[in-house]
Amino acid sequence: MANFLFIYRGSLDSEAKLSPEEMQQMMNKWGAWIGEAMQKGWMIDVGDALTPEMRMVNSKKVVTDGPFIESKDVVGGYSVVKADSIDAAAELAKGCPGLQYDGKVEVRTLAGMGSKL
Amino acid sequence: MSTSHPEPVAPLVEHFFRHEAGRLVAVLTRFFGWRNFELVEDMVQATLLDALQSWRVRGVPDNPSGWVHRSARNKVLDALRRDQIGKRASKAKAALLPEFHEEIEHLFLDSEIADSQLRMIFACCHPRLAREDQIALTLKSLGGFANSEIARALLVGEETVKKRLQRATRELVDNQVTLEPPGSAEVIGRLDVVHQVLYLIFNEGYSTSRGDSAIRADLCEEAARLCYLLCSYPNCAAPPTRALMALMLFHAARLDARVDDRGYILLLEDQDRTKWDRRLIRRAKEFLDLSAEGTIVSPFHLEAGIALHHCSAKDYGSTDWPAILKLYDALQHIKPSPVYSLNRAIVIGQIDGPQAGIRALEEAAGDPALRRYHLLDTAFGEFYRRAGEFDKARRHLMAARQKTASPHDRDLIDRRIALCSRSSE
Repeated sequence: MANFLFIYRGSLDSEAKLSPEEMQQMMNKWGAWIGEAMQKGWMIDVGDALTPEMRMVNSKKVVTDGPFIESKDVVGGYSVVKADSIDAAAELAKGCPGLQYDGKVEVRTLAGMGSKL
Repeated sequence: MSTSHPEPVAPLVEHFFRHEAGRLVAVLTRFFGWRNFELVEDMVQATLLDALQSWRVRGVPDNPSGWVHRSARNKVLDALRRDQIGKRASKAKAALLPEFHEEIEHLFLDSEIADSQLRMIFACCHPRLAREDQIALTLKSLGGFANSEIARALLVGEETVKKRLQRATRELVDNQVTLEPPGSAEVIGRLDVVHQVLYLIFNEGYSTSRGDSAIRADLCEEAARLCYLLCSYPNCAAPPTRALMALMLFHAARLDARVDDRGYILLLEDQDRTKWDRRLIRRAKEFLDLSAEGTIVSPFHLEAGIALHHCSAKDYGSTDWPAILKLYDALQHIKPSPVYSLNRAIVIGQIDGPQAGIRALEEAAGDPALRRYHLLDTAFGEFYRRAGEFDKARRHLMAARQKTASPHDRDLIDRRIALCSRSSE
């Protein structure tokens, strides 16, 4: 068993086109998926959503509103899950509702958190 | 990490986003005017997207409406700040902002939001707009429907919806219509148009002939919601408003019982009356009682009266047809309509038998408006079947089948045709 980070990536362009009713459907799908994941226990920290607004601070301590990432691929949130392997975690990520809206889930191993070597 | 959330997701009220869209469009249009309607739409969309993007992982905050309104308010202030600092390049002007601040705070009070929606109803139903434009604009600006959803609900192209909305907003801008409350004398005249628009939206949703039942139920709900809003304002809750509310509730009470488990239409006589929503019927009766003040008898009063008789009969056999006939006679008197004549003929057939029904139908069929209406032939078919004239019955039912493209209607007609074959064997 190890812990993995789900990084939810989404397309701002696709989301901008949703009607209010479709937004509600999307909310409901996320609610159902996360609710089930928590209940089954494989999601150990629901994490949080990230809003699109961002600031970038560089080595010269200059703060900018960018770099402007592609709006097709914005990190919209994260959760922590536990699974036997990164492939098993990726399998769990297939249920993420974001995938139905042009989104992606990046699955990463949390190196120090509960991974038994 | 031990911050796992015990109950990550609180459920959201049904249609929350759509209803919030309607509220925000009303509030922001009142502030920015019709001239800036596109800006308003963009701000509303951005506000709702914020909510979606912030909530989807951890769920809805305790007061989602409050959250959305705060976010919208900030967007308005941002827009003003940008406008003042950017366009006029003068920081002194930004000092005006506190004044707006107060005005905007005020606009987002619950009572003012409802008030803005009421003003919006009257603006969308402005007498200068064509009826179809009034309907599209009402669904858009109050209902929070997207163009694609309006198109699907009204069975028109999305481009048509867009044109109607553009035409409507242009007309409102040209006529300098604001979201000021209409004067009390004007309310009375405009209320009539509002009733018509809400009645049409409701009927559009209630009609079984059209597909996509989910969005059509939304139309009924939206019309009823707006009518309810009217009823909560003393100078808008005229007797016909309350009668219309009663009518909608009587129909809404029977919505679910009109289809069977497979989604096929059930006729009144075949419906399971235990599925009728008694709570809604009680509410409908209360509104009908309230509508009885004064001397005005509107078509809504009479239609609601007919619905009341249907809802009060414990089974199909005990329907008080003579009382219903009187109401149809009165309807014909104050608002002649071919559809009322058709329904009246059906009632006559219930009272005096199929031959009398056929004679009354023949009289109603003189109106050319009914020639393409499949329900006329369906009614003929039914009375001929009851009269034992199965060939004629079949012929009319086949004609009815030709006149409707709806699979639901065709299924219903096919079942009537099958009934003729079985009876004639």
